[in-house]
Amino acid sequence: MAERSLVCISCPIGCRLGVSEQPPGSITVTGNKCSRGEVYGREEMLAPKRVVTATVLTDSGAVRRLPVKTTAPLPKELIGGLLSALYRMRIALPVRCGQVILHDVAGSGIDLVATRSAE
Amino acid sequence: MESYDVAIVGAGVTGAAIARRLSAYSLDVALLEKECDVSFGVSKANSGIIHAGFHHSPSSLKARLEVLGNMMYDALQRELHFPFRRCGIVVAAFSIEEMKTVERLYAQGLDNKVIGIELCSRDRILSLEPKLNPDVVGGLHAPSGGIIEPYRFVFSLVESACKNGVTLKREFEVVEAEVSRVRRHRFVLRSRSGDAIRTRWVVNAAGLFADEVSRIVGGEELTIIPRKGEEFLMDRNAKGYPSRVVFPVPSPDSKGMLVIPTVEGTTMIGPTAIEVEDKEDLRTTHENFERVCASARRLVPSVSERDIITSFAGLRPTLAGNDFYIAVSQVQPHLIQVAGIQSPGLTASPAIAEYVKDLLKQDGLPLVERPDFDPAIEEVPRLRELDPEAADRLVQANPDYGEVVCRCETVSEAEVVAAIRRGHTTLDGVKFYTRAGMGRCQGGFCTYKTLKIIEREAKLSLSEITKRGEGSVVLGSTVGDLPVGGAS
Amino acid sequence: MKKRSYDTIVIGGGSAGLAAAAEIAGRGYRVAVLERELGLGGILNQCIHNGFGLHYFKEELTGPEYAERMIDKSSRFPGIDFYLDSAVLDVKGLIGGEARSGAENDGKPQPDGGLVVYGISKREGITEFTAASIVLAMGCRERNRGNIGIPGTRPAGVFTAGLAQRLVNVDGYIPGKEVVIVGSGDIGLIMARRMTWVGARVHGVVEIQPYPSGLTRNIAQCLNDFSIPLYLSHVVSEIHGRRRVEGVTITPIEDHHEQPGKSFRLDCDTLLLSVGLVPDNELSRRLGVVLNPETGGPYVDASLMTSVPGVFACGNVLHVHDLVDWVTEESSRCGSNVCDFLAGEATPWQGAVAAGANVKYVLPNRYTPSRKNVFYLRTLVVKNGALLRASLSGRTLLERRLAHVQPSEMVTFTLGPDAFAGGHGAAAKGGLADGRLEVSVE
Repeated sequence: MAERSLVCISCPIGCRLGVSEQPPGSITVTGNKCSRGEVYGREEMLAPKRVVTATVLTDSGAVRRLPVKTTAPLPKELIGGLLSALYRMRIALPVRCGQVILHDVAGSGIDLVATRSAE
Repeated sequence: MESYDVAIVGAGVTGAAIARRLSAYSLDVALLEKECDVSFGVSKANSGIIHAGFHHSPSSLKARLEVLGNMMYDALQRELHFPFRRCGIVVAAFSIEEMKTVERLYAQGLDNKVIGIELCSRDRILSLEPKLNPDVVGGLHAPSGGIIEPYRFVFSLVESACKNGVTLKREFEVVEAEVSRVRRHRFVLRSRSGDAIRTRWVVNAAGLFADEVSRIVGGEELTIIPRKGEEFLMDRNAKGYPSRVVFPVPSPDSKGMLVIPTVEGTTMIGPTAIEVEDKEDLRTTHENFERVCASARRLVPSVSERDIITSFAGLRPTLAGNDFYIAVSQVQPHLIQVAGIQSPGLTASPAIAEYVKDLLKQDGLPLVERPDFDPAIEEVPRLRELDPEAADRLVQANPDYGEVVCRCETVSEAEVVAAIRRGHTTLDGVKFYTRAGMGRCQGGFCTYKTLKIIEREAKLSLSEITKRGEGSVVLGSTVGDLPVGGAS
Repeated sequence: MKKRSYDTIVIGGGSAGLAAAAEIAGRGYRVAVLERELGLGGILNQCIHNGFGLHYFKEELTGPEYAERMIDKSSRFPGIDFYLDSAVLDVKGLIGGEARSGAENDGKPQPDGGLVVYGISKREGITEFTAASIVLAMGCRERNRGNIGIPGTRPAGVFTAGLAQRLVNVDGYIPGKEVVIVGSGDIGLIMARRMTWVGARVHGVVEIQPYPSGLTRNIAQCLNDFSIPLYLSHVVSEIHGRRRVEGVTITPIEDHHEQPGKSFRLDCDTLLLSVGLVPDNELSRRLGVVLNPETGGPYVDASLMTSVPGVFACGNVLHVHDLVDWVTEESSRCGSNVCDFLAGEATPWQGAVAAGANVKYVLPNRYTPSRKNVFYLRTLVVKNGALLRASLSGRTLLERRLAHVQPSEMVTFTLGPDAFAGGHGAAAKGGLADGRLEVSVE
């Protein structure tokens, strides 16, 4: 079984990981400098996820777009749907940094929160 | 259909100067410009030099009109408030051979009646221009030469013309004409967009397209060959900023590549001179930059490649014979040809306007002076020219002066608004009127501000605002307009 | 004209200015912060992606979150007055009691204190601010097409990456649909992802060097995730399109020469340029501050004070940083040094710092052996397992093995009084014998 080579994105160091399905039925990760790398390598093989950041239209003229982020990495296949939904929304101000904008995105258990306060 | 006495085709410096001159008379004048703004053709890329008048033979129309035009700028500046300075011109010679050419230029200058022209020894020329290469052996000095901001000049000419009743039609590209031998209004000019006007006289001042316009209105067969010139702009803090315009000794067909202290404080080097085929070929190249830099450093050694902030190209409308072709048409009545206006076209433009007015009069156009002609236009204060006390008074009177849009060139919102209200509703138009976007950061910080002000003042949506007219929309769409796929 | 007097004027309300102001006001001094945008936070406001604060806050934050924490921190001090939507019209220094304008300075440092800053805003008109000290925190600007001279036509659709980022993230406008990006630095990579996430198609990232300059992590999550090609050792050799960009010609580089015969075209309507940042020192120049051509920013002593007494510099205006965490560290330290200056404390002896082998620059340009010194440097080389060495008069004070260095990743190290006093065990190995601290990477 071929080993897959990837770069860990958990922190700016960017360790080069080798991920393989050896022994069969399990995932082995090498090249990581910390435990986050092992988790990342495994998830990237089985269920890749990414933190999503974006902006949402507001009803204000002064702060036209509110920056937002997912509170945890979101399964990749849900990203397109999330962005499309966000781009159809309009948020009423005021909003506090950290306020939940979308709860439990697509049933993932992950929220979308504002990353700044605005009024 | 609207009717005019005179239709001027082309609102570059030539057409604009003619329009303003004619606006002093009781006439219906139309100024037709194919681009979305005036000065967007040949006049968009100009070195901004007011020549002294020693480069051309006394037998040429160029020389006569150049010297006459040169003398008219002080009065024009008082009326029209464009930036202009008589800083003087030097021609630097680096050998005995070159000195001989300089002496010839000097004699030619005397014949052309250039005031104040002098031959210089090495010491004299170095004292006039200390930044010159010390290898210089001598040269020539013409104190009547100067520098100007060319698009501000054209904008002000058009503003003055319109203030006095000239009708400006932008995006009016003449594609067809009907000529009648019986109607009082001999010509019907049709535009690409379907607009049409009637006119008694046509003045062909169409620059690069003077040959096409001549063909359309039944004039002489002309061939305009575009000759491209690239210029390079250096930062305003650059050490290579001379106090006078520095020329090399000219070659038979070119004045050479210069070091120009622009009136705005930047240094410009160039232009090159290369014939091209395409009348819209404004591409710039690397090889030319190296050539131009080498040439500039030969004149002013402190010019440095590291100071470059941008480059641009322009096209000269050259005509066989190397002189201006300004004449009443011999094949089409009531047509005045003003073609082949390349250097010293800018310098000569006020004199060209006088000459064309005289040709029109000779050709039968009645000239009755307008009693209410006002030669002056409103002076728009520029924040960067004011000391703090004066700036403060200005902001108290108009708070829009307190909002700095372009910090590199210190341009305020009030000036951007003034530009838009005068019809300059594109990014380039605002840039040429105010200088916003011309500085070190080349619009990096001010573009979003300028776009918003144009949106507000010109009532254009952000997807309609262009850089310089149709097809050059700046922004694509709004976030949310485009469908988003997932990550792969 | 209004006149206001402070202990310190901070020019710039971004991460650097906020950190310095908080430090200075925290010690009881009166500070004015001049910010030209409508809100504080600087460039962080448009950096809506995450990756900020891993060092300073031990959390991964987005730019706006980091900015909000810095804004909250400094807002707690009553001694700071924030002047928003206020630009600086001019700056002046006083020589012998007589004000000299920027134009008259001609780069000469002024011996006396007494600094003047003219602020301009719609609301207030011109305000003359005087202070005993200034903190320069103006940040940087982007290198643009004019600087790098890409040949070709000049159509609409060419943007610097930062301008595009601002348009998308703050104003909500998409610059174009079919994009090519020049430069593989982090800004370019981040924008590759951002443009894809707003529905544009990114056809490639073109990088002149044989290696990418951004974080490998960003190559993975901004390019590989979307199968965006990275063309290393390639340049954009021509831009096409009359009114709007229609395409670009990409040319490979082999043996340090462009290979025009192997050029190919990428059709696109938008070109984003991520080709470098330049510290924005126009005001510094007008104050007479002497600038360092290696950094584009001022020469500074161990306290981050420039050649003009009382004028300090920190953040991107001093040198372009990679991590905002270090901007905060540097600027807080700068603020603390400003307080020492305001308190009239005597300046301890300082020696020169020199950039040795493979080092492009080191900051600050002076060290103080009696205090803790934090140094920042950039290397000229790409290397794994390089050895960082700081030596004084041939004596090695510090040696550290670095896993990986490259010019786009800043390196930092600290030397305290113990390092200067005791010296290092390693034997002397040549080096400068004149009290200069030489920093090298081998």
